[in-house]
Order: sequence, then C-alpha cells, then structure tokens
Amino acid sequence: MSVIYTKSVPGRRGVKLPGCDVPVDHEIPENLRRREDAALAELSELDVVRHFTELSRKNFGLDTNFYPLGSCTMKYNPKVMEKIAALEGFSQLHPLLPQLYGGCMLEQGAIAVIFELEKLLCEITGMDAFTTHPMAGAHGELTGMMLIAAYHKDRGNRKTEVLIPDEAHGTNPASAAIAGYEIVTVPTGDNGMLDIDTLSDRLNEKTAAIMLTNPNTLGLFNSQIEKVAAMAHHYDAQLYYDGANLNAILGKFRPGDARFDVMHVNLHKTFATPHGGGGPGAGPVGVKRHLEPFLPISRIRKRTDGTYALDYDYPKSIGYIAPFYGNFAVCLRAYAYILLQGRQGLIDVSEHAVLNANYILASLKEQFHAPYPDRCMHECVLSAVKQLEAGVHAVDIAKALIDYGFHPPTIYFPLIVKEAIMIEPTETENKETLDRFIEAMKKIAYKALDDPQKIKKAPKSTPVGRLDETKAAREMDFNYIDCKP
Amino acid sequence: MIKDDRKYSKTHEWAMRSGDSAVVGISDHAQDALGDITFVELPKVGATLKQGKECGVIESVKAASDLYSPVSGKVTEINGSLETAPEAINSDPYGSGWLFKITSLDDAEFAALMDAAAYGTFMESEA
Repeated sequence: MSVIYTKSVPGRRGVKLPGCDVPVDHEIPENLRRREDAALAELSELDVVRHFTELSRKNFGLDTNFYPLGSCTMKYNPKVMEKIAALEGFSQLHPLLPQLYGGCMLEQGAIAVIFELEKLLCEITGMDAFTTHPMAGAHGELTGMMLIAAYHKDRGNRKTEVLIPDEAHGTNPASAAIAGYEIVTVPTGDNGMLDIDTLSDRLNEKTAAIMLTNPNTLGLFNSQIEKVAAMAHHYDAQLYYDGANLNAILGKFRPGDARFDVMHVNLHKTFATPHGGGGPGAGPVGVKRHLEPFLPISRIRKRTDGTYALDYDYPKSIGYIAPFYGNFAVCLRAYAYILLQGRQGLIDVSEHAVLNANYILASLKEQFHAPYPDRCMHECVLSAVKQLEAGVHAVDIAKALIDYGFHPPTIYFPLIVKEAIMIEPTETENKETLDRFIEAMKKIAYKALDDPQKIKKAPKSTPVGRLDETKAAREMDFNYIDCKP
Repeated sequence: MIKDDRKYSKTHEWAMRSGDSAVVGISDHAQDALGDITFVELPKVGATLKQGKECGVIESVKAASDLYSPVSGKVTEINGSLETAPEAINSDPYGSGWLFKITSLDDAEFAALMDAAAYGTFMESEA
C-alpha cells in the first residue's frame, strides 16, 4: 500500500488553473509570503481518483461487516436518518440566528426538535430534565460531575470524594478527577456485582457521588440498585448513571425510577447516530428536579402560545459547556430514530440486544472461559485464559477474527477480567451473522490449542499484517515526510 | 518469579530496603499482566509519597494503570532511563527496571508489606 506522496511526479497536474489576474505581488507583504513551495503531492486527477477509490474499498465498517465491539454498541444506523439530517431546512440553519432578536421564530422547527428530544429522553430514562449540549459520553460525564459539584456548593456541602467501581469505564474516574474530586475505588465481588459492604465502608460525609453503570461493564444488571441509592442519599451523595449500556434496558428499567440523580445518554450508541471515526457523538445529560437549576445554558422554554424560546435566565447554571446547542445534527438523527422505533420498537431493541448477547455467551462458554457464564445483558465477557495455556492471548484471538471478516471485539476490558474479550452483538444483527461469528470463534479456539503459532501471526488477509503496536506506542512518529533539517 | 530479597504490596509494587531508604519497582507478575510497557510517569524527586496512594502511571499496549507507592517517604531519585527505554520494566523488573528511590521510611509500614512467600500466596488467591 503506498501513500499518495510516493505516487507524486514533479510537474504532474490534475487541473489547469487560469493565469492570475490579481496583482498579488503588491498586496502580500514579503515577510508574509512562504519561502518555499508547499510539499503537495503532484498527480493527475485520475491518479487521485484511483488512489482514494482504492483506499475506500479497504474501508471496514458496519456497512460492510459485523462489528461486535463491546461497550460501544456498534449498531446499524438506518440511512433514513442521514436523509433527514441532510434536509436543507436543518442543514442550512445558522446557529447564531436564534440568538438574534426575532431570529428564534425563524428556527422554530430545529428548536422544537431539541425540546421534543429532551422530553422523549426524560420519558425513556425517568429523569425530569435534559440538556442536549454535551458533545460526547465523557463530556456528558464531566457535565454531570460539574452539576453535582454545583449542587453541593449551593447546599454548602463539603464533599471531596467520588466512589467508582473497579470495573467502570475509564472515563468515569477521569471525568470525576477533572471536576476536582478524589477517586475512591470500590471492588467488584465474585458475583460480578458491586461489593455492597465495601461500598458502605467507603461511603461517608465526604462522598459527593457514586458513579455506576447498570448493567455494569461485565454485562450484569445490579438488582440492588435501590439499596445503593438509599445508601448514597443518606449522605446527600448523588447517584450518577453512566448511560453507556442503556441499550440493554430500554422500556425495562428507568434510571430515574431507581433514584439515580443524574445521567448521560450516548446518542451515538443507543440511538443509532454516527459513531467511532464516523462521529461526532452526543452525550445529553438528564437530571432530577433538584439539579435542574444548575443545567448548562441556553435552555429551551415552550411559551403558552406553543412557540419555543431560548432561555438564559438560570442564575445557578454551570454556564456554557459547548458552543451553541451541542451536536444538533446528531440530536436530530436520534430524535428521528426514537420516532422511527416508537415505544414498542425501543423495547424490541433491548430485548433483541440482550437475546443476541446471551446466544453468543451460551454458544461459546465451552470453548472460552466465561467468568460470569449464567446470563448477561446486552454484552458478554469471555476470557482467553484457556488459550493462554498455549501462549495465545486475547489480542491474538481478536486479530485472528479479522481473517474471518469480523471486526475484533473489545479486549483487555473490563480490567478486572484477565485476558478479557468483550462482545456486544447489538440487536441489528441477524442469527445467520451471529452463527458465522460463533463458528469463527470456535475454529479460532481450536486452532489456538492445535496450531498456536498460526493464530499468533494473524491477520493474513489485510493490506498490512500484524502491526507492532508496542513499537508504535514507544516510538511515535506522526510525519510521513521527514521534517528534520 | 518472586524475589525473596524484598517486600511486596497488594498492588504489586516491590520495595527493597537498604538502611533508611528503599528502591521501588513493580513485580514480575505486574509487568507480565500489563504487557509491553510503553510509557511511565514517575513521581518528582523531592515529592512526599503516602503508602498506598497514587504516585504515577504506567501505560502499556493494553491499559494505563496507576502506580501506588508501597511505602511513605520522600523521593530521592528516579530511574530516568525509563523515559526512553520503558521496556526495561518488562525485561528486568527487579533490576534495571526499578522506578524510584525513597527515603525517611516508616518501620511499621515497611514491616507490614508482604514477604516473598506471603506475596506468592496472595497472587494465588487472586488468580
């Protein structure tokens, strides 16, 4: 595979530019002009078209292959949502317009979308109010922790610690630390659940919040959640719900009903908006009534005549956390998705997501060690410890899957499972695809013991073979062109 | 591999004492579990560390992990060669892969760390 620069031939051109008829020489001062030509590749138009078409054919994504990346909910995004997001009435709007006098009336449709999405998210999660501003899941977490900090400050509480389970997404402690809190880790018991006794020991007057994911990252639902909420609220600690695994519980469990105080929703996971390299994401934050005064501005108010207005009159607000109103086009897609699914559709989403994950767990728990083998929610965690006896690691199994045409699952997470392989099939895959994946995993499990060296050399079918990730991390080099003098 | 000339913490760091100071590193088990180490963030010379508290970060191809000080004290020296060659922790965790030196030790704290045999039993119970 060659980069475009190696195809460059001096003097070759894609387009013929007309002569310059503007007296540039007199307009740009000498000291502002570049001394040497920019290092651009020189190619014909056809060379460029072929180069990028070739690259695009190597693209690997949901539109081409199964992508069971655990904890990421890589579900298929219906194309109709792209069509809706591209409608000129939305895509050509200027975000400053509603802030000008009278401008709000010219963007009522877009503002209604945000308002209605907030209402739908409230209904789905059981929270009282939402903001759509946070631009990603971790941004939502940070916003949530800032809301909690503002709440405690307003109450005159002196709180310094946030309790987080050891299986949590790494963004949880990172967000709480950036919001100024000290992190106290709570271990997971042998049953894969939060250890309630240790939680009780570590919970005290200093505890600002407990951050939980439910189902947790092991794919297990914590049914003692109401007890945890009561324990937290006894100390006026706030209960934070990480919405990363919301895809498992739609229509079955509402964090708000379990007395969570604040949460974020990953629209790009549960509500099928572009994800990963295809982002941007969106991480709306929902709160209970007592935290509403602290939500970021602007907020949307529905007037008595049915029109919408932006409202900035929230003196206790944490202020701006993003430019304008968040990733509007992402919110729009999520709004369309929720309406497309409807109530029963969303319930089906979670039921099928959980069914698919359990089908994979049940089908593979003989070949792979399953630390929690009985059942799971929308994702299952396996371990490569059986294969490790032959020297084959989780990373080798992940790489071998590429040769079978599957994107590798998440590996080495959750951190508390040795040689973890975390599989999230999502509801959008059919049984035939799951069966092919299971078959591939079984073959790899067999080969791992029969011919481990072969597995350790995978993948073979890709444009480049096994990459040296260690060397790449130790000797980072981001330049193709040698910039050293 | 566990060396019996030093003591171990539950978070898999070791401390080897000589006089009033000690050398600190991570165990062979820890480096093996982390995989290829790509970056180490060590405490600053002069920093005061508390036993069991975070004092740095070790990044590997698998994960970024916090480093906890096995003993309280003041950092007198850090292993600067790890900046360019963190792989020494993988190849020689008990030797050239040492992390930092620490002084003004607390006798009781040091005594409470696990010896090689206790660490071996601890690791088996964790597995």
